[in-house]
Amino acid sequence: MSKWNLIVDVANCTNCNLCVLACHDEHVGNAFPGYSEEMPKHGHKWIEIDRRERGAGPMVDVAFLPRMCQHCDDAPCMEKAENGAITKRDDGIVLIDPVKAKGQRHLVDACPYGAIWWNEEKQVPQAWTFDAHLLDDGWAEPRAVTVCATAALRSVKVDDAEMQRMVREEGLEELRPDLGTKPRVWYKNLHRFTKAFIGGSVEADAGGNVDCVEGARVTLHSNGTQIAETATDVYGDFKFDHLDPDSGAYRVEIAADGHPAKSVDVTLGESTYLGEIRL
Amino acid sequence: MASLKFSLILFGLNLLLRIQAWRYPSFRERLKERDILAQLKTRDGRQGRWYRIRNGRVSSGAGVRNDADVALVFKTAGLAADLLMPPVNQLDQINALKDFNLAMEGDEDAAAWWTQTMMLTQTAGWEYGVDQGNGVTRYTSMTNGGPVFVYEKGGRIIRITPIVFDDTDPEPWTIEARGKTFTPPRKSSLAAHGQNWKSMVYSPDRLLKPLKRVDFDPDGDRNPRNRGKSGYEEISWDEALDIVANEIKRQKREHGPGAIAMSHGSHHTWGNIGYYLSAAFRFINAVGMTRVHHNPDSWEGWYWGAVHHWGQSLRVGQCETYGTVEDLMKESEMVVFWSSNPEGTSGAYGAFEGAIRRQWLKDLDIEIVHIDPFYNDTAQMLGGKWIAPKPTTDTALALAIAHVWIEEGLYDKEFVETKTLGFDVWKAYVMGDEDGVAKTPEWQEAETGVPAKTVRALARNWGRKKTYLGAGGWGNGHGGACRNPTGIQWARVMVCLIAMQGIGKPGVNMGNLQWGTPVDANFYFPGYAEGGMSGDLHHTAMAVELYQRMPQLPSMNTNDQQIPRLQLPEAILEGKAEGYIWDGKSIEAQFNKISYPKPGYSKVHMLYKYGGSIFGTMSDTNRHVEMYRSPELEFIVNQSIWNEGEAKFADIILPACTNMERPDISEWAALGGYAHHGQTQLNHRVVVFQHKVIEPLGESKSDFRIFHELAMRLGLGAYFSEGMSELDWAKREFDASDLPKIVKWKDFIKRGYVVIPNNPEGVKDPVSWRWFYEGRKKDVPEPMPLPSDYTEEYLKGLQTQSGLIEFECQSLKRYDPDDTERPPIVKYRPAYEGPSNPDLAARYPIQLITPHPRYSFHTQGDGKDTFLNDIEDHRVLVDGRYYWTLRISAADAAARGIGHHDLVKVHNDRGAVICAAHVTRRLPEGVCHGYESCAVYEPAGEIGNSVDLGGCLNQLTPPRSQLKKGHSMGSSAAMVEMELWDGSPEINRAPTEPDAAVFTPEPVPAE
Repeated sequence: MSKWNLIVDVANCTNCNLCVLACHDEHVGNAFPGYSEEMPKHGHKWIEIDRRERGAGPMVDVAFLPRMCQHCDDAPCMEKAENGAITKRDDGIVLIDPVKAKGQRHLVDACPYGAIWWNEEKQVPQAWTFDAHLLDDGWAEPRAVTVCATAALRSVKVDDAEMQRMVREEGLEELRPDLGTKPRVWYKNLHRFTKAFIGGSVEADAGGNVDCVEGARVTLHSNGTQIAETATDVYGDFKFDHLDPDSGAYRVEIAADGHPAKSVDVTLGESTYLGEIRL
Repeated sequence: MASLKFSLILFGLNLLLRIQAWRYPSFRERLKERDILAQLKTRDGRQGRWYRIRNGRVSSGAGVRNDADVALVFKTAGLAADLLMPPVNQLDQINALKDFNLAMEGDEDAAAWWTQTMMLTQTAGWEYGVDQGNGVTRYTSMTNGGPVFVYEKGGRIIRITPIVFDDTDPEPWTIEARGKTFTPPRKSSLAAHGQNWKSMVYSPDRLLKPLKRVDFDPDGDRNPRNRGKSGYEEISWDEALDIVANEIKRQKREHGPGAIAMSHGSHHTWGNIGYYLSAAFRFINAVGMTRVHHNPDSWEGWYWGAVHHWGQSLRVGQCETYGTVEDLMKESEMVVFWSSNPEGTSGAYGAFEGAIRRQWLKDLDIEIVHIDPFYNDTAQMLGGKWIAPKPTTDTALALAIAHVWIEEGLYDKEFVETKTLGFDVWKAYVMGDEDGVAKTPEWQEAETGVPAKTVRALARNWGRKKTYLGAGGWGNGHGGACRNPTGIQWARVMVCLIAMQGIGKPGVNMGNLQWGTPVDANFYFPGYAEGGMSGDLHHTAMAVELYQRMPQLPSMNTNDQQIPRLQLPEAILEGKAEGYIWDGKSIEAQFNKISYPKPGYSKVHMLYKYGGSIFGTMSDTNRHVEMYRSPELEFIVNQSIWNEGEAKFADIILPACTNMERPDISEWAALGGYAHHGQTQLNHRVVVFQHKVIEPLGESKSDFRIFHELAMRLGLGAYFSEGMSELDWAKREFDASDLPKIVKWKDFIKRGYVVIPNNPEGVKDPVSWRWFYEGRKKDVPEPMPLPSDYTEEYLKGLQTQSGLIEFECQSLKRYDPDDTERPPIVKYRPAYEGPSNPDLAARYPIQLITPHPRYSFHTQGDGKDTFLNDIEDHRVLVDGRYYWTLRISAADAAARGIGHHDLVKVHNDRGAVICAAHVTRRLPEGVCHGYESCAVYEPAGEIGNSVDLGGCLNQLTPPRSQLKKGHSMGSSAAMVEMELWDGSPEINRAPTEPDAAVFTPEPVPAE
């Protein structure tokens, strides 16, 4: 049985908002009986883009994460829904029935992903439908995927075993594995959002000037153990990524030919740029 | 024989009218519109046939009647037979008109109706759009942000999507580079403002009826000071058009030539017939108006600066870019994005076509550097090294790079020796031999704030690697630092840097993968700058090719008076203005000075304004607010789709419809003229028949129709329209292009789009500059420079005097070698409005940069209650109002107690704008960032002298031309202060010291 899944590559999202706008375009002013009521013109973001800025200038990176109904196989909203207002289709899509769900405002709080919105005018809870009305009409993919020009969004209809293979091979993750809701939306390069880095810029005196030190060996240590190694680039920059935020004390050791070794201690909260490190 | 043929054709027309009425309800309805007696005849009156239409019924008889409402008069029966026999030869028709062999008698209105009805006999049966079932039809249109499918049901647009190509469309190109194969996706992309269009069409700010300001009386008190304040009343089209037409006549009668000025924005809704360079220009020229001459607003530094080093004047100073995508992917090792944010500016018209190619940089392991005070959208997408010079100081950084290259020998000495001129003169300046200041990395650090070591590392890395320089959004210009007060220096020094590295060598060129794809550049379809139906050979690129392919009556504005756009307020308020011409025909054309008023002409007393973009897009725009309220302007008419910006300052407002409500034809990203082959931004060339998807909303009309109806009131109707509707004109443009070679008209208008096939295997454009690098004749497919601009032999060398890249510009030496603002070699001169201006820096310590917007396009898409309001990077909802977003650094926010999404007042001596703060790490301390081109002007108190809640940051930007001997905006960087807004409408300027305009920066001395 093949089912729909959405794959979000966080590294490819540029915050262009085309998926958001396509969702507005599809649903504002358009009701699709059996699928969804009209979306309010403003205020709802069935697809919402979260932002994470890491580091400090000049070592900054910025990631964006489109978040929407995760079409969970164990959807908490279904449990809370009355009259069978929320159903799981055979193709994996979770739909809020716009008639049966009328008045069920509590469903907004039932979603741990914050993906259900309350339509005050129509008195219904609403969420991203995976454009099921279009898929049922023969469309190949949801509109958000078609309009995405940077391959940040991809939809696949495969059986669960095949999906699990893709999860393994492509390193896909659930947004909130701690919730155990078995979502059908998968994230790639999620570390850009959830993990932290330690970076710095190595410099040294050179003939009366200060210059960047290229090719310095930089190692990262935690609890006395070396956990990573890298080399500085032409700007003397180094960066250790994929670290857990608030993960405690680290030591950065730097060794470069012709210079005394240097170490810097850091307690990692969020991503940290250590600035210029003079050898 | 000719006589018999003419008789048969005339009889045939009678049958055709009846048959088409029987076959097509739309034609039946057309015939019910009016009763008419029309005549076709020979000039001697001996042969002819009359046609009477009464209550929708057609009757006809042979012979000539003298009571006809309208008559089409042919000199002879033979000529008539030739002209009327299908297929109609357009050139013969135009020649018959020009030679007075064909004439129209009768009143304008009847003539227009009759000729267009005759045309309708040909077009009534055409079918548009693809049936999707359930009452849904899929149409096509073109937005400034890309081509679209438009789904219609019940007379309403239900959705707008990009175009997904199908199996019948041609295959995309592929590029093989470093063992990998790359091919783009089989669909078109869209910019945010393109996807926003449904909400723009149905915006509550649409103008749906003609409006008159309540206290404007054309025959009595006009109350100009109340513009922007007083309300409006709805009037009929007839009343509105009569007022405008009568005022045009009165202005010419009472004041004489020059009294009417036309001002249009730099952009319009897409479509080659309805574009401002098309229908509007034909109308302007037919009436005779003072031109408000545009500065090259997105290309300033390239046009006024780079041109003198490498020519390229017809490209506004930007260089050729053919074949550079493949060359970059195969050969280069590094790309330097310098003030280059293509993901933020969508190539202006290229949607996200370049984004996928830039993502390939990562697959190819090509190094990336971003030089921009803002960690911009392209930096965000690609990563790489971010270097953030203070705004306006980039030239100092570039000079230091050159210094390192010279000192360490890291440049292409042979190229510099053989392909450039005057390097030693510039080298003496860079090394300090000229002025005692060596432009070292240490020297630049004080100016730019960028550590010397970083500049040295960049210079060394660049000097050792085959590197593409992507400057501006297009990689060869457009937007970015060329629009700030030192933009001319910056563009000039970019040329010098790439020249030092041997431009044209494999892997060394200008570009950022935005232009230069392998699409077929030889297939002809006209771009918008080719002027459509304008007939204007002077101010469009029509003369190059379209005029021959699409014969039409020429048009020429006999009124030579021009106002340099940047000084429009001064022209009106002070009665005088001076500037220089943007004219790409030669390097020297930019030295032509224009003065207003021109001797013998009237000053301007009427403004015909097209749209509402000026407050958001020009500089120091409170000047424009004041201008609009001047009694010098006796009459202002605004023809606009939306009630926004300065539309609210007009006496009469004419409601135009969008391009979804009228037929048109166009190609995606086809500019023509100053941006020849803009389609090489695309992964697929797409030409679209722009369907009239829905009827015009309310009483709005297409620009073509508004101009036509005004033209009829001036006796110019037949001249303006050539007897045709905009649909007929679209068909003419189709016939004029290469499209008939690959698609039938009827298939084209039904399906709505066609993808131009790629070049055959083994055929591709040569790489730009390679010919120059290798010392061959120019071989890229562009018709510039003009033949006389070659110094020795045609196609050998550049447009410059030497034919070489000139470090020391001979054109500037000839023109004004002592101009300290633009000396023959490029030097660093701190900005007149920048951190080196001590008084300004003390009072207004923050640098505001105002780049082109990411989500809207000019003012298109902004405000108007559209979907874009929901994008927090565009506007933020605070207390019920959508405020313009201003990005500020975390350090500046903390120092002022400003939190995320707090309302801040950003201000200087010119005004104050209220924005929603967006606190970010993407800016260094001392720099804030907000887009220009806001569409909403909403003074909280006194008009023109209070805080603006709308977000027009251009109220704060310097109005001064970058160059006295130029006409060049430097508005993308201004000095400001910001603070939490206390809710007061007062601007509260900081205590006044000497005005910034009198500050004359000197070169930076040695430490």
